[in-house]
Amino acid sequence: MLQIMEGSHAVAEAAKLCRPEVVSAYPITPQTHIVERLAEMVADGELDAEYLCVDSELSALSVCIGSSAAGSRVYSATSSQGLMLMAEVVFNVAGMRQPIVMSIANRALGAPLSIWNDQQDSISLRDAGWFHLYGEDVQEMTDQHFIAYKAAEQHDVLLPGFVCFDGFILSHTYEPVDIPSQEEIDAFLPPYVPYNKLDAKAPISMGMYATPDYYMEFRYETDQALQRAGDAISAAGKEFGEMFGRDYSGHTESYRMDDADVAFVALGSICGTVKDAIDEMRADGIKAGLVKIRTFRPFPAAELAKALAGVPKVAVLEKNISLGSAMKGAVGPEVKDALTGTAIEVYSYVIGLGGRDIRKKDIRAIAALAEKGVGNMFYGLRTEVL
Amino acid sequence: MALRIGCAAAPGRAQDNKTGSWRVFMPVVDMEKCILCGTCILSCPETSVSEKDGQILFDLDFCKGCGVCANECRAEAITMIQEEK
Amino acid sequence: MVDKSLELFDCGHRACGGCGPAMLARLMLKGTGEDVIVVASTGCMEVFSTPYPETAWKVPWIHSLFENAAAVASGVEASLKHNNRTEKVVCICGDGATFDIGMLCISGAFERGHDITYICYDNEAYMNTGIQRSGATPYDASTTTSPAGKKSMGNSLPKKDMPQILNAHGASYVATASVAYPMDVMKKVEKAVNTPGACYLQVHTPCSTGWGFDGSKTIEIGKQAIECGLWVNYEMEYGELKASKKVRRVPVDGYLKAQKRFRHLFKPQPVTEEIAKIQAIADANAAKYGIDIQLNE
Repeated sequence: MLQIMEGSHAVAEAAKLCRPEVVSAYPITPQTHIVERLAEMVADGELDAEYLCVDSELSALSVCIGSSAAGSRVYSATSSQGLMLMAEVVFNVAGMRQPIVMSIANRALGAPLSIWNDQQDSISLRDAGWFHLYGEDVQEMTDQHFIAYKAAEQHDVLLPGFVCFDGFILSHTYEPVDIPSQEEIDAFLPPYVPYNKLDAKAPISMGMYATPDYYMEFRYETDQALQRAGDAISAAGKEFGEMFGRDYSGHTESYRMDDADVAFVALGSICGTVKDAIDEMRADGIKAGLVKIRTFRPFPAAELAKALAGVPKVAVLEKNISLGSAMKGAVGPEVKDALTGTAIEVYSYVIGLGGRDIRKKDIRAIAALAEKGVGNMFYGLRTEVL
Repeated sequence: MALRIGCAAAPGRAQDNKTGSWRVFMPVVDMEKCILCGTCILSCPETSVSEKDGQILFDLDFCKGCGVCANECRAEAITMIQEEK
Repeated sequence: MVDKSLELFDCGHRACGGCGPAMLARLMLKGTGEDVIVVASTGCMEVFSTPYPETAWKVPWIHSLFENAAAVASGVEASLKHNNRTEKVVCICGDGATFDIGMLCISGAFERGHDITYICYDNEAYMNTGIQRSGATPYDASTTTSPAGKKSMGNSLPKKDMPQILNAHGASYVATASVAYPMDVMKKVEKAVNTPGACYLQVHTPCSTGWGFDGSKTIEIGKQAIECGLWVNYEMEYGELKASKKVRRVPVDGYLKAQKRFRHLFKPQPVTEEIAKIQAIADANAAKYGIDIQLNE
């Protein structure tokens, strides 16, 4: 049954339905409504979990490592500066192979300080060994939490995952959303069975240090596991579709890509605007399409290459800036790499940083730039203040 | 051997590393002087001193020859001697 | 009472000969017994005891990062509590991880009052990285980042009073100990793990490499520190001093002279005003903790 719900509250409902035993988080805008709602659930006895109010994001995720290593399913959420403060732990979680799921309400990074949306925070941690899911709307980001836990906890994966959604644009927006029942989620997501755990009855040492004789092999195995996470996400997305009628088996989703002359590639809520712009462009005879990236890590190169095959121009919409890089955005080079050996031209457009609004006419203007072969640039700069 | 996920391992392999090879001086106990107080056993950072049937035993596979046992022996029953290898 | 004859810290670890922290690892586990989960910070002990796959720990052990052991332990404890498990949770972390980089996570964990015991093995500098100064380094000690020189007498700052900081957090049990007194270490560890709430134990673990003395003298040096009053063994419950080790105090000179880190205070000739300042620290300790045995006693 559809309910009108704020995005953050839908995420909190999803987290609750996954039955975490420990919730540990530190408040940061725009993540706050999620953890406030979870705290209420624990206070009201709706959620039987240990809720730890911690001193910092560093502690928030460190607590999660401890609980996860002791055998509990855990949950956390953060944004922006908080994610950066926990960055060291983020890498550590992946190396320690703890299947922690964390929501990221995407927000810009300072300086200058900005509480508004872009995707710099999670994109900056793309090499940390977590899988990255990006939601386009409240329903998708809600559902991705169930899929994330299911994929993360597979014993051939055992890796953590981000569920990313645009701060304010999705976290603070009310949309109709179907929240599954506890019985349904229990059927989809069985209790967490750790591969190994801290247990006095069967002692092991976890997080030992690796000499040069072993270090590279551990890194290799983590990369292999992250590749397998792709299959696990796809399988979980398919099973979810069969149970709930919303299929997430694809790491990408194509919109009006038939005979497209220009294709957009984008992540997150911007895809809704892009779809509307495409409808208008198509009505005006401009053959545009969209390939939405739902799973950014592991990067779905083969799936993207298939989806973009035969399109002359690709415009990658980047809510991030890889400062000092040739293409400016961080996603563009990966898309380009996926298309190696083709004649497809790929351009990055840095847009919407720090909450700058993106309108349909901007999408149309970017299509025109791509058609002309102009790209790898900031789009929408206010030159009058430069 | 397959790598254990998360750089984890079960106990039991530390003894692969025979730290006795580090040793220059070796402890020797004079049981005539020894009062079996157990100070050497409790002081050893290598867990390589033990007592069995009234005898103090040094596990030379692991004794690094640090000499804490000799230094702490209140009966002056332990001496460190240069080891011939 | 735990069975203190159990050896839960395996031989074959890579600590230097005569390592104070290695002594503590062994004694600590005799105090906790087998029903324990150990959380380690990055540091000497972590490195010498767990090069993959050779762990010296026969109990469950986890290492995550340098600064977050208290938070990891909080998470372990929360999970155990949720599942009605009985293991004790013990952190073992060096002084750098405790006095400096770990302060944030420690403060949070003690504020929340988790049922954990945090043990600091205090060898008074960053030994794993090559003897750099930490907040636990004593006044005038020469380290690689507080070297004595023509215009320096070594570390110019006093040792941070970490136990008092944790008393201020409302810790249920705060104590200091020294590997020079093994029975006392075991007794205090056992007491801490059986005291509900967050407990802190700071253990003096002389480091022959970092302090500059022969490895056979680790316990001797530890005893000298106590006999001169520069280290005090005491116990506090809810911030109140319950006991302290009494000594017939000797001047600090002997303790200082025995270590290369204080050599600059004596060569080429004694720097009497600096030695007097260190003596004053010992005198203040003695007064604060009441350690002097009175002649009429």
